[in-house]
Amino acid sequence: MAGYLIRRLWQMIPTLLGVVLLVFLLFKGFGGDPAEILGGQNATQAQIDAIRQQLGLNEPWWIQLAIFLREIVTFDWGKSWATNEAVSHLFATRLPATLTVMIPILVADTLLAIPVAMGVAYLRGSLTDRTIMVATTVALSISFLVYVIVGQYVFAFQLGMFPVQGWSDNLWTNLRVYVPLPALLSVLVGLAPQTRLYRTFFLDEIGHDYVRTARAKGLTERTVLLKHVLRNAMIPILTNVAVALPGIFVGSFLIEVFFSIPGLGRELWLAVNRSDYPVIQAFAIYIAVITMLVNLLTDLLYKLVDPRVVLK
Amino acid sequence: MSAVLADPLEAGPAPRTVWSAAAARFRMDRVGMVSLVVVLAFLLVVLATALGLLASDWQVERGVPDAPPTFLGAAADNQAQALDGPHGPSADISAIDPLAPMYQAWAEAAKKYQTRDAVRAATLPFGADRLGRDVLAKALKGAQVSILVGVSAAVVATLLGTVLGALAGFFGGPMGDVLEWVYNVFTAIPGILLIFAFAAVFPRGVTSVVLILGLAGWTGIYRLVRAEFIKHAVRDYVRSAEALGASASARIFRHILPNVSHVVLVQLSVHVVGFIKSEVILSYLGLGVGVDQVSWGTMLSEAPSELILGHWWQLAAATILMATFVTAFSLMTDALRDALDPKLRGLE
Repeated sequence: MAGYLIRRLWQMIPTLLGVVLLVFLLFKGFGGDPAEILGGQNATQAQIDAIRQQLGLNEPWWIQLAIFLREIVTFDWGKSWATNEAVSHLFATRLPATLTVMIPILVADTLLAIPVAMGVAYLRGSLTDRTIMVATTVALSISFLVYVIVGQYVFAFQLGMFPVQGWSDNLWTNLRVYVPLPALLSVLVGLAPQTRLYRTFFLDEIGHDYVRTARAKGLTERTVLLKHVLRNAMIPILTNVAVALPGIFVGSFLIEVFFSIPGLGRELWLAVNRSDYPVIQAFAIYIAVITMLVNLLTDLLYKLVDPRVVLK
Repeated sequence: MSAVLADPLEAGPAPRTVWSAAAARFRMDRVGMVSLVVVLAFLLVVLATALGLLASDWQVERGVPDAPPTFLGAAADNQAQALDGPHGPSADISAIDPLAPMYQAWAEAAKKYQTRDAVRAATLPFGADRLGRDVLAKALKGAQVSILVGVSAAVVATLLGTVLGALAGFFGGPMGDVLEWVYNVFTAIPGILLIFAFAAVFPRGVTSVVLILGLAGWTGIYRLVRAEFIKHAVRDYVRSAEALGASASARIFRHILPNVSHVVLVQLSVHVVGFIKSEVILSYLGLGVGVDQVSWGTMLSEAPSELILGHWWQLAAATILMATFVTAFSLMTDALRDALDPKLRGLE
């Protein structure tokens, strides 16, 4: 176990270096001149030169890469070019909002999709099953954006069931007042693909011999589905949830931008629009690190859930 | 050999190739054929708008602002409810008006230009947007941009994924390791974040969107093509080709690639749908096509403020066209996959 952990962590290093290199080269090679972005349109040549000197842009590229690496390791990215807020502070204060929205969405999505998919799998081949499958195909073809626009208009503006958008400093208020509408819309949209996927997991299991044996023993269809099939289908379902898990740190950009939720996604969107390079670079690298660590963690959890899995 | 395998009912000596067999299977699929017709109709529209035959005047403000669709009838006149203007004589302020000496000259200058009173329709077939532009023309022009972006980005991603996957799978060794490393790096960063990082450094515009989506989206195809090439590289027909003196590039592109092209084709098709959806979201976020162009995404981004006023037609036009195209394209992809790879039938 310890050996596996060390080997996995060791394997992360080249990938991480690659991420750093990719981000560095991308902004160095294709991005605009930071000094000109920082100086603004009225900056004199002397001011731009001063900024270049200050940022170390006159140094050769390997020194700049070293500066970049030092920033990553020390978590000291300096300040955002647009708001003058420390980048590390930005990251720490925006993450809670993202998690407050994304965790309820992930939980509700999974908990709802399992019974729906099991129901559809139980009715496989019937008219209901086929109707639901066609409905999900059509539902999937409409942009997420349309659901969000119409949902906000109908539920918040017309019916007044939720606030149109907003956020507070209190976790409980957020969960009770501001999260429900974005979460409801995301879950409604996420349900169609999840149902399709989970249905195939259940159908795979239903075809196995042990199901026939269980039925032959005279167990009710209910017991077969809930006790035998569900447990085995949980393994691919959990894998699927694990794959989605790193996504909750990025958040749904669209949800955060649309509902003005001050999370990481919206901050990053603002940074892209303002050419705020330090924020984008820092977010890209740290979220890559978080993604890799979460993936490792889920691999370990996987072992706990399914004893047949051998880590190597 | 082919004579034995050939369908005895089929007349003529032409052997059934993989492609003609797949085409025959595709023709049997009724849903697939209907969706193919819909997709072809959309592609005709794209071609017509690209050539300027259709919707080339989408920027002309033909209706009154927010003109409703014809089937709803003209909007009620709001003028009656408006407050009355001020009454009484205007005060003469010419003595103290600092601009007074200029009015004469400006009036002279204005005479040099002709103003044209455009007749603006009270209703348009499917309504007008905030500026009075025809929503139907916008939606058709938007279809051109959205579909072209989706298809081009899918082509870029497929080319990248196929070439890199072929090299990694065929050669393996150090080159394979390097490409695997690149793959790991690209997949370590969540997709949407990668798109944003590229969007931060590229200028706005159609070409940029195509490049951004293509560069961020090639990894899945790479994975599949690499696996196929690893499988095929050691097969007898490839080794025989090598023994006959075929060069590495001939073996990759002339021998193996045709045998894995069905995988590539299905992936291309799958990615078109994904990229059209991504373009819509990117354009909504202001990171997509330029402001002087129209796509389904820019139409949807105008929708929230219109919806509050009850003007639903622009949202409806973009949504209906997009949903129709994407549904038809997805169903066509499913039929294509079934036709090209009968082993997969019924798995999804």
